[in-house]
Amino acid sequence: MAELKLGKYTVETGKDGYMTNPDQWNKEIAEEIAKQENIKELTSDHWNVIEFLQKDYKEKGSIPTIRRLKKVGGIDTKELYKLFPEGPVKKAARIAGLPKPKSCV
Amino acid sequence: MKNLVILGAGTAGTVMANHLVKKLSVKEWQITVIDQDPRHFYQPGFLFIPFDMYNEKQVTREKASFIPKKCNFILSEVDNIDVGKNVVNIKSGKKKINYDILIIATGSRIVPEEVEGLSGSSYYKNIFDFYTIDGAVKLKQFLQTFTKGKLVLNIAEIPIKCPVAPLEFVFLADWFFTKKGVRENIDLTFVTPLSDAFTKEKTAAVLSSLLNHKNINIVTDFSISKVDSDEKQIVSFDEKNVEYDLLVTIPTNMGSAVIERSGLGDDLEFVPTHRSTLQSKEHDNIFVIGDATDLPTSKAGSVAHFEAEILTENILRYINNLELKEEYDGHANCFIESGFGKGFLIDFNYDVEPVPGKFPFPVIGPMSLLKESKLNHWGKLAFRWIYWYVMLKGLPIPGITATMSTKGKQID
Repeated sequence: MAELKLGKYTVETGKDGYMTNPDQWNKEIAEEIAKQENIKELTSDHWNVIEFLQKDYKEKGSIPTIRRLKKVGGIDTKELYKLFPEGPVKKAARIAGLPKPKSCV
Repeated sequence: MKNLVILGAGTAGTVMANHLVKKLSVKEWQITVIDQDPRHFYQPGFLFIPFDMYNEKQVTREKASFIPKKCNFILSEVDNIDVGKNVVNIKSGKKKINYDILIIATGSRIVPEEVEGLSGSSYYKNIFDFYTIDGAVKLKQFLQTFTKGKLVLNIAEIPIKCPVAPLEFVFLADWFFTKKGVRENIDLTFVTPLSDAFTKEKTAAVLSSLLNHKNINIVTDFSISKVDSDEKQIVSFDEKNVEYDLLVTIPTNMGSAVIERSGLGDDLEFVPTHRSTLQSKEHDNIFVIGDATDLPTSKAGSVAHFEAEILTENILRYINNLELKEEYDGHANCFIESGFGKGFLIDFNYDVEPVPGKFPFPVIGPMSLLKESKLNHWGKLAFRWIYWYVMLKGLPIPGITATMSTKGKQID
């Protein structure tokens, strides 16, 4: 267990830097994590992805894959990579205050 | 008379038929097995075909010869499963097969069409898979004359059947080209959507260093968007590209089209399955086994074999109105061929990643876990015989249990 200072907030995180207490999450914290991930500003397109992740995680209990974001969330994969460069789901999940996505075996 | 129907006569379906025929009364239960292809392939052998270590004949048998005589074996394509009516609609004679209990063992398949430009005119010219018998045989022919250039192996999407096979392929390619005396003219690159060589941390560390040692390049976090076969390059969604002369692809793996037509699958047409009982999450009289499930363990024959023991018990419990046993732990066991007559062995489950140790018996082994050895390679080769003569028949393999044992393992 670790703690992370984000602006005026302090949140609990795991060793991987992902939040462990979803009750601590809010939009200002999301903006701060985004900065750490080299995303200067969260636009409405970013929020669209973040909110889909949160909703889907709540319903399914797992972080959706890129395929699911496209098929169910209607989010174009190329667009997703532009919004969250490099590992988009990993980054977006961290900003959304969710656990680190597990890759299958 | 009640009906138990098994859909699919691959590893999982065949082992289940062999288990159940010994347990169910022939007076009360008719067991029917349905499959569309008469050929049973020893799929782990596909890896060796491109390198001319195995041929097509050595990995192919008749499916019917492994199905017990007391079972009704139907060779037909399946149209769909009508879960409302408890019926499987088959194409041959447009027949309806009723079931009281259905076991889905329809496996997984590669779908090259899922990646733009992959299944075009270059497929089987300088782009090959080795997850089908056709792909493996055609790749072997291509490799006979391939003596210089860039060989790129790309995994399109996770999960895939036998997640270690792509790594084994590049290890064997390194050995194959070295043996032919052309290794220095060949650039080997392993391109994966994962952030590391493998999904499990300790195994990834061992295998990454082996890639490095063998001078095989690795490109991670590469999520393929398209194949540009004119420019001979693969392009990622964030516009990175990797050039190839020979592209060996592991296309997207999906569940059977039957699952799609029946509306029973997830985004990849794998069937949502209870992780420890193997019952379908949606229908109490449907059970799922092997590659067809959505479970977070390897899609591998060893998994089907371990699941079969537990599923047999649960089918009997279901018939007798007893509570199902929550016993399956994700146990998987894989040989990893590493080239030059050596190999690794890994043994793990949902919670315990592969660690070093001895297998199957503590201290004496004789197999070593997560460590390269000649014996592991011989184990892998011997396994083809164990597969045909022991495993498919549902017979026990000495020292190996359905749930994972931590004995002999060095766990932190």
